[in-house]
Amino acid sequence: MIEFSNWDILRNLLIATQWTVLLSLAAFIGGTAVALGLTAMRLTRNPVMIRIVKLYVELFQGTPLLMQMFLCFFGLSMIGYEISAWGAAILSLTLFTSAFLVEIWRGCIDTLPKGQWEASRVLGLNFLQTLRHVILPQATKVAFAPTVGFSVQVVKGTALASVIGFVELTKAGTMLNNATFEPFKVFAFVALIYFALCYPLSLCSKYLEKKYHVAR
Amino acid sequence: MLNFSDLLPYTDVFFGGLMTTIELTLLTTVLGVVLGTTCAAVRQYGHPASQRAVAAYVELIRNTPFIVQLFFIFFGLPSIGLMLSPWQASVIALTINLGAYSTEIIRAGLNNIPKGQWEAAKVLGMDFRQTLTRVVFTPAFEKIYPALTSQCIIVMLGSAVLSQISVQDLTYAANLVQSRNFRAFESYVVTALMYLGLAMLMRYVFAMIGKRVFAFREAQ
Repeated sequence: MIEFSNWDILRNLLIATQWTVLLSLAAFIGGTAVALGLTAMRLTRNPVMIRIVKLYVELFQGTPLLMQMFLCFFGLSMIGYEISAWGAAILSLTLFTSAFLVEIWRGCIDTLPKGQWEASRVLGLNFLQTLRHVILPQATKVAFAPTVGFSVQVVKGTALASVIGFVELTKAGTMLNNATFEPFKVFAFVALIYFALCYPLSLCSKYLEKKYHVAR
Repeated sequence: MLNFSDLLPYTDVFFGGLMTTIELTLLTTVLGVVLGTTCAAVRQYGHPASQRAVAAYVELIRNTPFIVQLFFIFFGLPSIGLMLSPWQASVIALTINLGAYSTEIIRAGLNNIPKGQWEAAKVLGMDFRQTLTRVVFTPAFEKIYPALTSQCIIVMLGSAVLSQISVQDLTYAANLVQSRNFRAFESYVVTALMYLGLAMLMRYVFAMIGKRVFAFREAQ
């Protein structure tokens, strides 16, 4: 049997951490893009569009992320779409992230007084102008803190990709555990690395919240 | 291509899994909220050292994935002599997880109570415990009840991960069925819909309970 020192364990975990970071970034960027589209759909005030977005949010917030991953990975390949673990992880995390972000942003846009829309109307601004010059500059400020806060959930969500066999931090942890038989140490390291990734984001979110709360 | 009728022979497998998920959710929702309430009270009014301890617990849990917490408890703790069955490990992990999140939520509710209420209670001769249980808790919980509901639902959905340590929950049932009849897509779609139904049911039940508990306030 190969001997693993603490440093060997940590070094291998850190290599896998790169994939966790990459997956988080990909999911967050993808989720932001999809959520932007969904928010645009919602802002059209078309009842059908609003219905669709509502259903989308309900569907992805009301089912476990793990189930979404299984569906993307095993489900899609069963009905004829070949997809890698990496692809399935990005796809499901993107859908999951966007469903939460669109709901967070909805709250941010809705907190602005309705009078602002009406006032802009009176000033002769059309819908897009109102959005661009009045609503979005304020809404983005409010949205910043909860969006950063949600990124913690995305990082933690990537841990589920281990279940469909994508080798990121958690999967590397289980593999190292199988090799070293030191679960206590290995999973403590894994937890600490996640903490090191997530805690700064949490702090940043808290800081932003304070900053913009005071400014308003 | 799609064939849902292949799932029919496995109805009782799904049902068993569903029951396990419901059972675990019920148990850990109660335990988690009790833990969260206790920790929130300590965090808000306790000794500075215990305040810091609770803060550390909350941050540690909130900034690590549930699956890692579960693996640490199920695989890690036996190596320092604490043997746990999958079921026990699940209950502990879910409770600790919900406890941390609900601590933060409930604390926000406690923060929201105007100072005047504490002072008024003091003038009326109530001690700390009486003020907390008879004056502060109800409006504090009413305020954060929707957030607490959502968190309990999130924990229920998170319990899907328990299948990874062979707890025979709904997700375990889905995996079992698809390994027998190779109908992965159908099996997971049905299971996902069952989780969705469960989430809606929880929202409904919580709303009903909330209506009863906070009924006297609405009458005012």
